[in-house]
Amino acid sequence: MSESQHAAGNGPHQRTIEITVALLTALLGLITIYGSVKVGIGWGAEGPKSGFFPFYIGVIIVACSVVNLLLAWMVDRVPLFAEWGQLRQVFFVVLPTTIYVGAIPYTGIYLASALLIALFMKWLGRYSWLLTAAISIGVPVAFYLMFEKWFLVPLPKGPIEDWLGL
Amino acid sequence: MEEITNLFNGFAVVAQPFNIMVMLVGIVLGVIIGVLPGLGGANGVAILLPLTFTMSPTSAIIMLSCIYWGALFGGAITSILFNIPGEPWSVATTFDGHPMAQQGKAGEALTAAFTSSFVGALFAVIMITLVAPLVAKFALQFGPAEKFAVFFLAFCSFIGMGKEPPFKTIASMMIGFALAAVGLDGVTGQLRLTFGFTELLNGFDFLIAVIGLFGIGEILLTMEEGLSFKGRSARINMKVVMQTWAELPRYWMTSLRSCLIGCWMGISPAGATPASFMSYGIAKRVSKRGHNFGKGEIEGVVAPETAAHAAGTAALLPMLSLGVPGSPTAAVLLGGLLIWGLQPGPLLFIEQKEFVWGLIASMYAGNLIGLIVVLTCVPLFAAILRIPFSIIAPVILVVCAIGAYTVHNSTFDVMMMLVFGIVGYIMKKTGYPLAPLVLAIVLGDKAEEAFRQSLLGSQGSLGIFASNGLVGTIMALGFIALFWPLIQAGWSRLRTATA
Repeated sequence: MSESQHAAGNGPHQRTIEITVALLTALLGLITIYGSVKVGIGWGAEGPKSGFFPFYIGVIIVACSVVNLLLAWMVDRVPLFAEWGQLRQVFFVVLPTTIYVGAIPYTGIYLASALLIALFMKWLGRYSWLLTAAISIGVPVAFYLMFEKWFLVPLPKGPIEDWLGL
Repeated sequence: MEEITNLFNGFAVVAQPFNIMVMLVGIVLGVIIGVLPGLGGANGVAILLPLTFTMSPTSAIIMLSCIYWGALFGGAITSILFNIPGEPWSVATTFDGHPMAQQGKAGEALTAAFTSSFVGALFAVIMITLVAPLVAKFALQFGPAEKFAVFFLAFCSFIGMGKEPPFKTIASMMIGFALAAVGLDGVTGQLRLTFGFTELLNGFDFLIAVIGLFGIGEILLTMEEGLSFKGRSARINMKVVMQTWAELPRYWMTSLRSCLIGCWMGISPAGATPASFMSYGIAKRVSKRGHNFGKGEIEGVVAPETAAHAAGTAALLPMLSLGVPGSPTAAVLLGGLLIWGLQPGPLLFIEQKEFVWGLIASMYAGNLIGLIVVLTCVPLFAAILRIPFSIIAPVILVVCAIGAYTVHNSTFDVMMMLVFGIVGYIMKKTGYPLAPLVLAIVLGDKAEEAFRQSLLGSQGSLGIFASNGLVGTIMALGFIALFWPLIQAGWSRLRTATA
């Protein structure tokens, strides 16, 4: 809360982001139209073809995007979307989470989770190694017991689990 | 009368020890989910849905709906004690709830909030008990055109009644429809919009979207705001509860009005959040002590909480009787029905009596258990919020990842979840509502199927949507809902012109 009070900060403008989002939705609409045309938007042997419905959806997306783009153009130029400092905070969550998600197929979910929790605790919370280790290992172990033993739902495992023979 | 017998049979189902345990677990999990940032009714239910695959559908829906009640209760705790709305529908509760806590009246505020929630839910459940079977019986006559008209009405009310800019609402809804269309076309069996990616064969799963949009998106928002939790401590004892209960009947008018607003907004898929704001706004205007609202007026807690809980509960009425969910969480529950092999809609009341009435009975019992649990365990739940964000945030990320993975046992889904999370963050910051997108992903295939079947019947003429009184009326209602802001503006201009 206290960070957003600093009015002097710098960052991308709300207007810029709104325009970008409108352009992106327009692109999405165009992709939908293109994909629909490829499978046929007309009337086939079984009635409307597969692209019939999505085609009009795509048209509406593009139409709305145009309106949103015009509205975004008129947005006040002053307000910020967020300050760079705030976006850095967001980025510091997105980056480790991206690596985490990318690592799951190779390391399994338990090891990756332990590392993610440890990273956050050490780097955001500056906790002692002992507490960090206890929680970052304890939580995945608890999840292991809950999912694999109690609910019998298997989660992705990696070399560590193989080595432990789980 | 038949309904009463059915309801009692339902209570017999609920009273099985396993189901009572399931209810308790559900409520406690729900309150925890409601208290934690980044986990809410919709994504909480989505994450826990795969865990219920091994249960019987009745026990599963009891657990999931109880998670939903718990989340509705839990939102009030964070609003009042921490001034952080745990859920969007409890934003209005912070206006008077937190000032009350600051004045040392946290116990009164919490008791008022929980009791109002309970009253709102009870009102809505009674309404569901009485109205749902009738609606279902009526809906049995629906053909594809009427079915599409109901979907049309539901989506139009979103656009007309929501407080977000209408073109952003439409854009986000249509993107939902587009995402729903990806993959195998259910009617012709043809692949579409996959552009050669084999991962997209089955399309986008709404559960993944819900977990990402609501869960990850929320964590990113919280991170940006750099929240530090500073809470008021709360102790509820019997004396405070009794005193507050003695005071509450004074606000019966506010309560009744909020119940009605909540039920109306819950059935039309405007949802709990606008219901709570609307109810608060009207109470402020009508109340004799309206000038005091925002400074810690107990009526300002009663109004939004009653409406939010009534709306949240009433959202299940169209889900059960028509197969059209009234809120994102109801949409997730509907997805659950499909996964358990039940066809939501009017036939449910005939073919799955035990399931439907077990669920309705569990609404009564679940809310009562919920009230008792939250009244007795508030300090415990408040303590959860005192866990530092640097610990809770990665744990929630892990929970979301596990939830996304277990839907189809696919690590690709976990990546999609992250993408949806970033999209959700940007959408929230730019005022694109998330709920219509989720609803469109859930209902897209069914709406399209109804639309195409109608057109097949009419050889491609759109006239089918006005071909009889029933379908014409529903479509007309849809258009009224769609252009509601314009109609309202025109009406008030007309009045000022004649006056």
